[in-house]
Amino acid sequence: MSQMPQSAAGSTCPNPACEEPVESGDRFCGGCGYDLSTVWAAVGDRPTLPVNGARGDRTGTTRQAPRGSGPAGLARPGAAHPGAPEHGAGAPGAGAPGAFVEWPAAPGTDGSELPAPVHLPTDLPGTDSGGGALPTHTEDAVGPADPATGERRPTPPAAAPEGPGTAPGPAAGPSAPPAPPAPPQQPPSFPAAGAAAAPVPPGAPAPASAPNAAPAPQPAAAEPEDYELAAPRPPAGTVLRDDPPGSGAPADPRTVVPGALPAPAPEARLCVFCATGRVDRDDYCENCGKAQPRERDHVEQELGAVAAVSDRGHRHHRNEDAFAVSSTALQDGAPAVLAIVCDGVSSASRPDDASSAASRAATESLLAALPRGTHPQQAMHEAILAASKAVNALAGEPGAVHAQGPNHNAPACTLVGAIIAKDLLVVGWVGDSRAYWVPVDRSAPAARLTEDDSWAAQMVATGLMNEAEAYADERAHAITGWLGADAYELEPHTAAFKPDRPGVVVVCTDGLWNYAEGAGDMASILPPDAAQRPLHSARVLVGHALDGGGHDNVTVAVLPFPAPPPGAGSA
Amino acid sequence: MARFSKSNAPRFAVDVYQNEYLPAGGRDVNAIVTVTATGGGTTGTTGAHLPGPGRTPDAAVAVMVDCSGSMDYPPTKMRNAREATAAAIDTLRDGVHFAVIGGTHRAVEVYPGAGRLAVADEASREQAKQALRKLSAGGGTAIGTWLRLADRLLATADVAIRHGILLTDGRNEHESADELRAALEACSGRFTCDARGVGTDWEVKEVTAIASALLGSADIVADPSGLADDFTRMMETVMGKEVADVSLRLWTPMGAEVAFVKQVAPAVEELTARRTEAGPRAGDYPTGSWGDESRDYHVCVRVPAAGVGQEMLAARASLVVPADDGSVRTLAQGLVRALWTDDLSASTSINPQVAHYTGQAELAEVIQQGLDARKAGDDDGATAKLGRAVQLAGALGNEDTAKLLAKVVDVVDVAAGTVRLKARVADADEMTLETRSTKTVRVKKSTSREPQQG
Repeated sequence: MSQMPQSAAGSTCPNPACEEPVESGDRFCGGCGYDLSTVWAAVGDRPTLPVNGARGDRTGTTRQAPRGSGPAGLARPGAAHPGAPEHGAGAPGAGAPGAFVEWPAAPGTDGSELPAPVHLPTDLPGTDSGGGALPTHTEDAVGPADPATGERRPTPPAAAPEGPGTAPGPAAGPSAPPAPPAPPQQPPSFPAAGAAAAPVPPGAPAPASAPNAAPAPQPAAAEPEDYELAAPRPPAGTVLRDDPPGSGAPADPRTVVPGALPAPAPEARLCVFCATGRVDRDDYCENCGKAQPRERDHVEQELGAVAAVSDRGHRHHRNEDAFAVSSTALQDGAPAVLAIVCDGVSSASRPDDASSAASRAATESLLAALPRGTHPQQAMHEAILAASKAVNALAGEPGAVHAQGPNHNAPACTLVGAIIAKDLLVVGWVGDSRAYWVPVDRSAPAARLTEDDSWAAQMVATGLMNEAEAYADERAHAITGWLGADAYELEPHTAAFKPDRPGVVVVCTDGLWNYAEGAGDMASILPPDAAQRPLHSARVLVGHALDGGGHDNVTVAVLPFPAPPPGAGSA
Repeated sequence: MARFSKSNAPRFAVDVYQNEYLPAGGRDVNAIVTVTATGGGTTGTTGAHLPGPGRTPDAAVAVMVDCSGSMDYPPTKMRNAREATAAAIDTLRDGVHFAVIGGTHRAVEVYPGAGRLAVADEASREQAKQALRKLSAGGGTAIGTWLRLADRLLATADVAIRHGILLTDGRNEHESADELRAALEACSGRFTCDARGVGTDWEVKEVTAIASALLGSADIVADPSGLADDFTRMMETVMGKEVADVSLRLWTPMGAEVAFVKQVAPAVEELTARRTEAGPRAGDYPTGSWGDESRDYHVCVRVPAAGVGQEMLAARASLVVPADDGSVRTLAQGLVRALWTDDLSASTSINPQVAHYTGQAELAEVIQQGLDARKAGDDDGATAKLGRAVQLAGALGNEDTAKLLAKVVDVVDVAAGTVRLKARVADADEMTLETRSTKTVRVKKSTSREPQQG
């Protein structure tokens, strides 16, 4: 019964609980009053979008990786990068943007501070895009994998997880690890990685070359879970925390996530569906029994430089995604903007609580750490650990006993977050929620910044399957990493980039990327003025997913880079 | 007429066990509603005469003893009935209102007489036992008249709990079935009643129908010497009752229908047809009086189909009692939900409790059908049905039922349900099986394997 997304597209109210037929041009649903503007906007937007970089970027330059490996910078997550540039173009690899731009050197790169955690290439077998060895991850090749199975189920990693020292790549399988991910310090040449570069033997330094102004490679041992990418240095004068990862910064109780969830507007005491029954205390209509729209069914938030929208979608009875957006000031007063997006694992109990707890905990952790001068990448790492702790704690609560439905697994969720701090863009994730980079100048290629902890990605990474095979498998979307007490071993992934041009970071759950998987696809549905109108853009993206069928909950955060000048923040 | 002046009325809790996920187009929502009453302070008390600290008994009990001529064959039956009634009277707590009725083709007040109830204390208990000596066998059987007298007497006391205990040894021969049915209708909701058949000359369906209509228990006491213990237990149970006239109220949404409602533990009791409307889209199903106990109900609601991703409240199950001002008081409630999903693994799984009680209900049904077929001479039909019963009892863990079945059939293979009818079956065994066929066991907890026999 895997209805395809299109079925309902546009013809019924996007409010999943309503589905009143609506006509193109209607501004509000006649049944429930749902605001349809974003839906139509999405539809309308598409045609008017400038063609994403696809063709243009062929020759265009890629954004450079920050110090260290340029390519890594934006394309870091191994296999992913190739796709980005040539989205839309038939031949992957062909479009490898050759030129590269010099990334500005990170401030304070003299290396006097503690080294940022990195991995040696050998630590990350199988996660790189090393040319032939790994099939590239082009959007075209994969297609929006089966939205019908929007739900993810954690599965054990196919390969035994390696020691803690190993890298993010789930299971770098013993089997034929393809090229390592771009090693740190590797030159920014993103292009090479993607395209065709000859397969790199494991352990060999990543392809590209010219290390730019990157600082020296970081010691691998420092922090296993981290990508070596870019490993930007903290701003001069700041001290990188050297706590072990496990000791993540405790959330500062005084810091609250500013309105992580906007207050509900529960004035609707009359049922929105039958309009005759009153609504009971427990949010069901006393006449038709339908569950009333809930606070989390559709949530929007705009906070100066960042905006996020979350929607229940059309096929799920509740929204198990959650987000938090916030801004703060770094130790030197520079603004930092952040967004966290989490996707509850439906096959576990209380997924909505898990995602909510994780997004709050991560945000609190970041808001506490960043002003103290913690390097954003380290802060992100700690935030993920804090989120993990928060989700684990749910498993012990009494409420967990009466798990609803057929699921009795401990609460679990994915997490993806982004921080924009001065010239630095840091992403962190666990699971299959993603971050994309879309340059303002669409002639430059977009890129995916994260590498899924998913069965398919793992199959590809370990070379057991090519991408087409892996994503065609019904297990493709089973995740291999998540936050929650049942997680085998938490491997927070973080990466830092220094984009050399303005752009927009799209942080989202698979409810969106199932409908725009490749970086080019994502760029093509992102309004051109996204940097100026993040909330509008987030609505448009959510509308795109709903329009495509909304098979899963959809959550999107949009962060312009660089962050708009201070004043917008609300630290 | 429930009164809540007592400080320690039990607290009710409702738990709902269900798989709320329906496939697209799915309409039937099944749920097991477990109602547990606790805190009445009666658990474990064994026939103490004295009321608990600070509480006054709030109950009236009428004991109806069959005094028809057949009670003298054998004479031990009458003697045992007297002794059992005496034992029950000894179990009465001080302050409880009570009466003893002798039943033949008419009903006679044995104690205290004059159309009133006695209040239990040392003296009245003794007088009542003296009065029992006057009981002698002779006459016919017209149970309806006994019940109507009990009703009249019980109505004279302003108490929360009104209960009858009825003992018979024969068929209701001296009035028509319609007369008995009319009497049951008249008494229904006015008091609850346990019914016991002693010996093997009574009609199982008559006795179970009385208990069923009056929300009490039915059982067989094949050996009259077991009566005293049984009466004592019954009276202890009555003394533990704290709240009467409790109804299970089901609210269902517009367009939905209640496919069935049955109590499934401690015994199967069909309630579907006993609904009384209670406002828009709500109906009440009687559950009688409650002490510290737990019962399970299987509710099946047919809701209008809705689209995938939708959520609906399929039923709100609440326990209500009438309040003094004519309204009702809700003691507890639970929600039965419906969520439509396209995740087949979610929508196709069957809730273990629902599966268990579906099996329990089938077990009761096939036993009844098998015994009916056997009486009708349909040996093949009886063999098939009782074979299925053996299979179900084995699979579901109804050990007591399995033992009773083994007295009626020779079990060849439990798992396959292969049985042979026994050529000779004692009447007592067959009647015991029939009377107790509706007894269920609860789902075994994974930690303790003790099936809590209701």
